[in-house]
Amino acid sequence: MSEWLDDEAGPVVRPYALTRGRTRSSREGFELIAIIATAATSQFAPAGAGPEHIAILEMCVRPLSVAEISARMKLPLGVVRVLLGDLLDHGLIAVRRPEPDNRLPNERLLKEVLNGLQAL
Amino acid sequence: MDSKRSDPSRGAAMPLAVKILVAGGFGVGKTSMVGAVSEIRPLRTEEQLTDRSVGVDDVSGVERKTTTTVAMDFGRITIRDGLVLYLFGTPGQDRFWFMWDELALGALGAVVLADTRRLADSFPSIDYFERRRLPFIIGVNCFDGAVRYDTEEIRAALDLDPKIPVILCDVRKRESGKQVLITLVEHVLEVMAERQRQPGAALR
Repeated sequence: MSEWLDDEAGPVVRPYALTRGRTRSSREGFELIAIIATAATSQFAPAGAGPEHIAILEMCVRPLSVAEISARMKLPLGVVRVLLGDLLDHGLIAVRRPEPDNRLPNERLLKEVLNGLQAL
Repeated sequence: MDSKRSDPSRGAAMPLAVKILVAGGFGVGKTSMVGAVSEIRPLRTEEQLTDRSVGVDDVSGVERKTTTTVAMDFGRITIRDGLVLYLFGTPGQDRFWFMWDELALGALGAVVLADTRRLADSFPSIDYFERRRLPFIIGVNCFDGAVRYDTEEIRAALDLDPKIPVILCDVRKRESGKQVLITLVEHVLEVMAERQRQPGAALR
């Protein structure tokens, strides 16, 4: 088959096949910069877990943002969010969400960012 | 199986993440800037528009849909243990506004990169951040061979509020990119202080 397909042809498996056609996560809260950490190793993953679920669990032993997971797995954000929703439903990951948007960024946080940038 | 789970709080700590956007016209140097200051090689994340653009959850009948992919490049700077800054380049095509909304949500602020040869390319970004009341600054990327303008001339050409910083930069250089980010965060602190002095205007 490789002689028929190259990168131009796109992925052989359409991304949403991995989510069995689901385009929405069962949960909200997977912002681009929400941090995901594995809470249980892949040996505890349920029977229905696919290789992509397992890959995320292995990757997030060191916590990563949703955007980084999407980039490293070369999967669209929507697909990654569905997979993360499955993992969260089974208690296999922990999520640290960013500060909510409905309040001004806190001054202490901004000053920390400023100091960090100045020290680079 | 619960008893066998590891406690994430005992493993690697989960940092808090914040983000800054890098916007501007096509080819103005957004990805260069992200790459110059990021501690990792810039990564690319993509979103496909199939579901959102059509507005249904069901993907039956996908044959009729066209899938558009919006790509965003981003980088990362570890500020300290437990605090990470992400830098996101906005999609090059201005028509993907829904993606901008997601990017702007919770962002600390934005850098609008401008090229003096094509100043008008930065108008959509400026309009967007003004409407959203997201603090931003202008970084004038000084390309080799580009005529150097006075920042006040550029401010006038962009019809900017006098309080918005306009700085000259070379985004391929780490030190210059860093200075742009520092200028932005200082500006965000000033904007916040001002909004707090004007109750009622505090919430964006």
